[in-house]
Amino acid sequence: MEKNSKKVKGPHMGKGGMSLDKPKNFSKTLRRLIKYIGDYNKAILVVVIVLILSTILSVRSPKILGKATTELGNNVIQKMTYSQIKLSLDKMPKEIVDMLPKDATVQTLIDMNLIPNEVVEKLPDVSKSVSLSVEPKINFSYIGKILLIVLFLYFLSAIFNYICSRVMAYVSQKVTYNLRKEIDNKLDKLPLRFFDKHTHGEILSRVTNDVDTVSSTLQQAVVQILQSLFSVIGILIMMLSISLGMSGVAILIIPVSLIFVATIVKTSQKYFLSQQKNLGNLNGKVEETYSGNLVISAFNMQKREIKEFEKINSNLYYSGWKSQFLSGLMMPIINSISNFGYVGICILGAMLAIDGKMTIGNIQAFMQYTDQFTRPIGQSANMLNLIQGAVAAAERIFEILDEKEEEPDKENTIKLKNVEGNVVCDKVYFGYEDNPNLIKDWSLDVKAGDTVAIVGPTGAGKTTIVNLLMRFYEIDDGKITIDGVSTKDISRDELRSMFSMVLQDTWLFKGTIKENLKYGRQDATDEEVYEAARLAYADRFIKVLPGGYNFELNEDASNISQGEKQLLTIARAILADSPILILDEATSNVDTRTEEIIQDAMNRLMQDRTSFVIAHRLSTIKNADIILVMENGRIVERGNHNELLAKNGAYARLYNSQFSEEEE
Amino acid sequence: MKKVFSYLKPYTFAMILGILLTFFQSMLDLYLPDLMSDIINKGIVGQNLDEVYRYGRYMAYATIGFMLCAVFATFIAAKVSSGFGKKLRDAIYAKVNKFSLAEFNKLSTSSLITRTTNDVTQVQQLTLMSMRMMIRAPLMCIGGIIMALSKNKELSILFIVAIPLLLLSIMLLAKKILPLFTKMQECTDRINQVIREKLSGVRVIRAFGTQKYEEKRYDRANKDIYDVSLKAAYRMSILMPIVMMIINISSIVIVWAGAHLIDAGSMEIGDMMAFVEYAIQVLFSILGVAMIFMMIPRALVSVKRINEIFETESSIKDSEKEVDIAKPGEIEFINATFKYEDADMPVLSNMNFKIKKGQTVAILGTTGCGKTTLLNIMMRFFDITEGVVRIGGVDVKDMSIKQLRDMIGYVPQKAVLFSGTIESNIKYGKENATYDEMVEAAKISQSFDFIESLDNKFASTVAQGGTNFSGGQKQRLSIARAIIKKPQIYMFDDSFSALDYETDKKLREALKKNMRDATVIIVAQRVSTVLDADKILFIDDGKIIAQGTHEELYNTCEEYKNVVLSQITEEEAIQNGEK
Repeated sequence: MEKNSKKVKGPHMGKGGMSLDKPKNFSKTLRRLIKYIGDYNKAILVVVIVLILSTILSVRSPKILGKATTELGNNVIQKMTYSQIKLSLDKMPKEIVDMLPKDATVQTLIDMNLIPNEVVEKLPDVSKSVSLSVEPKINFSYIGKILLIVLFLYFLSAIFNYICSRVMAYVSQKVTYNLRKEIDNKLDKLPLRFFDKHTHGEILSRVTNDVDTVSSTLQQAVVQILQSLFSVIGILIMMLSISLGMSGVAILIIPVSLIFVATIVKTSQKYFLSQQKNLGNLNGKVEETYSGNLVISAFNMQKREIKEFEKINSNLYYSGWKSQFLSGLMMPIINSISNFGYVGICILGAMLAIDGKMTIGNIQAFMQYTDQFTRPIGQSANMLNLIQGAVAAAERIFEILDEKEEEPDKENTIKLKNVEGNVVCDKVYFGYEDNPNLIKDWSLDVKAGDTVAIVGPTGAGKTTIVNLLMRFYEIDDGKITIDGVSTKDISRDELRSMFSMVLQDTWLFKGTIKENLKYGRQDATDEEVYEAARLAYADRFIKVLPGGYNFELNEDASNISQGEKQLLTIARAILADSPILILDEATSNVDTRTEEIIQDAMNRLMQDRTSFVIAHRLSTIKNADIILVMENGRIVERGNHNELLAKNGAYARLYNSQFSEEEE
Repeated sequence: MKKVFSYLKPYTFAMILGILLTFFQSMLDLYLPDLMSDIINKGIVGQNLDEVYRYGRYMAYATIGFMLCAVFATFIAAKVSSGFGKKLRDAIYAKVNKFSLAEFNKLSTSSLITRTTNDVTQVQQLTLMSMRMMIRAPLMCIGGIIMALSKNKELSILFIVAIPLLLLSIMLLAKKILPLFTKMQECTDRINQVIREKLSGVRVIRAFGTQKYEEKRYDRANKDIYDVSLKAAYRMSILMPIVMMIINISSIVIVWAGAHLIDAGSMEIGDMMAFVEYAIQVLFSILGVAMIFMMIPRALVSVKRINEIFETESSIKDSEKEVDIAKPGEIEFINATFKYEDADMPVLSNMNFKIKKGQTVAILGTTGCGKTTLLNIMMRFFDITEGVVRIGGVDVKDMSIKQLRDMIGYVPQKAVLFSGTIESNIKYGKENATYDEMVEAAKISQSFDFIESLDNKFASTVAQGGTNFSGGQKQRLSIARAIIKKPQIYMFDDSFSALDYETDKKLREALKKNMRDATVIIVAQRVSTVLDADKILFIDDGKIIAQGTHEELYNTCEEYKNVVLSQITEEEAIQNGEK
């Protein structure tokens, strides 16, 4: 298992969840990702400004609310002072009390030296303004005013927050939309080689999972991180304005936390990666053994499979609990560090206060800020994980976007009118990466209207010929011409529109039958559609379907039979009405009765068209004008059926192997 | 009936311990703010350094306690949830491996896969979350309320308004957002499907030059998902501001009402400040609890889906008895009828035939006539509903399934390979096979040449699903796998379809030479493949229309003759025309 998963870039590499693998080039990918967001720099600017404003608000609001509580506290003290003074005044001789002016305050008493010095020293400033005649009240109008201001600020901050997340939602969805679109456009431009190399699952997971990961991270993390950053800066400024020394201790919390966070992240990363890998292995195993259940049962291998599964499952368990444990440690550890920092600051603050270098109110405020200070640090640590996952996902997306595209069409392509269908291949060379010399020195001359049959064992390069004719692959050397014009001088779209294809793989899409038939020619009238279906013998079964031509095919067209699908692809080719026809193993998956019908339909289609027919079954091609027998990419024989039989070579051998049994 | 959560039982003690630790952790968490205010009020305001040290010490102890509790609680939660997940997966996997085809059809393979993987992950996540958050959030909430009550009862009336208000707004938003999430899932499915179609049809699309059309289709799906996601995101953006507003307004109300209470002398200012803290904590916890409750329904769906697996019993009962095989290689069907559960019509009805040891028997018929089902019945992937099937002279229900399947070398219609090496795939048929046996099997199956042409020969890697091999190669390897087993009975289910005729012919000759004593059953669609069989079972619509040699059938059975003629005359006609 180990060995395989390394070697094979199988589909499950893509499937096993993507969020935690490490990007190969973090900063480069991140910069590129930021560029995408940069397209919305006005929106981002709004977010930044609003975030700064809302940070200022959230840093200031507690202080303003604090004014209300301070006022409240003062009022309470004043009330206490008043009742105490009243009590002592009652004890004082009446003449002294009468001596006092009407608007006398505590200060007056102090000035008159009526209050002992040691009491005065302990008397807070606010008490000194307390009037002796009027009982002080709680200043509700002032507190009310402050509360209203705070309410307004909170309201403002809520609106700011709303604006931020809304704008960010817009930006991230827009980026997501664009990324998806870009990938799709890219896929259209990629050569077929790309699709041979990558499994569908792999590509699919990049378009969906990876894009989703990027999108959700953009939405959450960007705001969070900016917010955290601004808060830390804002709070830091407030702290510095209070005390340089105490701020120093507070700032120390950051590197200490970071060291712990980095250690945990580094260790947990290892386990996360192996968890991800094990999860991929497990998913692969489940997928493979469930879909191959029949074989496992037939070979009585359940016990072994269960044992193997349990082994993978155990690995998953070990890496799983460790990564979960370590990532769960992050918050409590950061909290604890900040608590210790809090204690340290308290001690320092107390010493400063006792030395008289700092007021108590300021220490209180500072402590509140310390409490707020550590929260954003913890949040950012969590966000870092997310961002790492997103960058890894973005990297995979960019990998697709950076794939080499098909060579663009030449600038001044030739437009052919009234294509006759003369096809000439001249000394064509071609190879795949893993099979570089598949087709060597290949020549062929086909007159308009001819039927060319290509036969040969699997892997001989039959389908490759078709791929070259339609320029799904570019030839390495030589020339292919249609009506005398090199296919490289014709635009790909133009070239391909000259061909109709019916393949073994009956590709239809989810949609109505009519939509599927019109696929080859969007502007076809309904009458033409019905006519094509009639010619393809497809109208009989279409008519009995509920809704007829408006019958909705489901995904993979699994609600009609294989034979019916084949008939539809033939009707589609008839409707497309192209001068050249390609039939690639069009009947190998259907039963004999259906095959007869399909064969009939195809014969009609082949009339008056240059046709290329690829078949295992030689019966279908006996009346071809040219039969090419291919072996290992070379044409080993060519001629018509009778000529080739007379040669008694490869074709005769193939033919006899097929029919010897039937000619008893 | 083993229910999902019974797999948590072994962890009862650990879970209780975990909950206790979480409880202490939360209590310390609640206590810390108290200490923080003490350190300020008693130490700093009182300008008493000793007090600062004293409370600083307390705080350090509490923090260490908090950390220890948190570390151990996290440790336990991680171990329990992962262990639970592992046990659950093991149990599901073992259970699914006992399923017969009927259960696979009923629950569907892809759904079984997601149940074993995603659903378990969901449940595991829920366990982890419940142990960490679900206990903590309510504890913090209740603790906060108790602390708040202890400070002032009258002010606590606020909770009666604030909590329902908070819950109500979350619920209202959830009601607006959750349907959008469902819709988003649909849109994702749709865009997946469009891309999948695009990938599988890449040749057709380019051949027809319909990229523009495809682009439109894709763009519509992309636009849909964009619209829905944006709408959902916009609605989500309202959530936090509203929650924060409720919390902030609550604190303003507390200060205002507190001022009056203080004025009346029934509250102290320090208590009011503490009350604000507790209120914020309570409301945030409520938010957390609400979020968890939104998670529960999703996880419960997973629990239900997993339970369904446990509650499904294999329809095939294994006798688990080793019996003596009276007549090795012999197969007999007596009045055998098979009908799917819930189906009106039987797939196969009243099958009667006998195959002797060493015979080659072909089963011929159109697609969907029940040929594959016939093989499935012999291997007991399904059990017949009426009649008797005897293999080796013994009723298949009387012997153990292992014994039955050990006698059979099966080559499925769709070649299934497993990730590993070519060697591991061929040896799948016989684990302790020697190298020579493996080479022999490869040679007979006509795969030796292509294996030798690979860089690593038999050690070459096979990717998942065998995607790095062609259809024909896969088929030959799966034939080799059956050959190496040297079974008494071979079953080929249309297993030559991906081979070209020359390879096909060579393979047949090699097979004929090497399995003289074995009984061979071949399912086929083409007449040419069955002509020299000792017996042909001609099936249509689930019934045996005729059985016998080619000659017998050709002369006696009109339908058979028609099918044969449809395939041969046509060829003869073409041949004659050219002569």
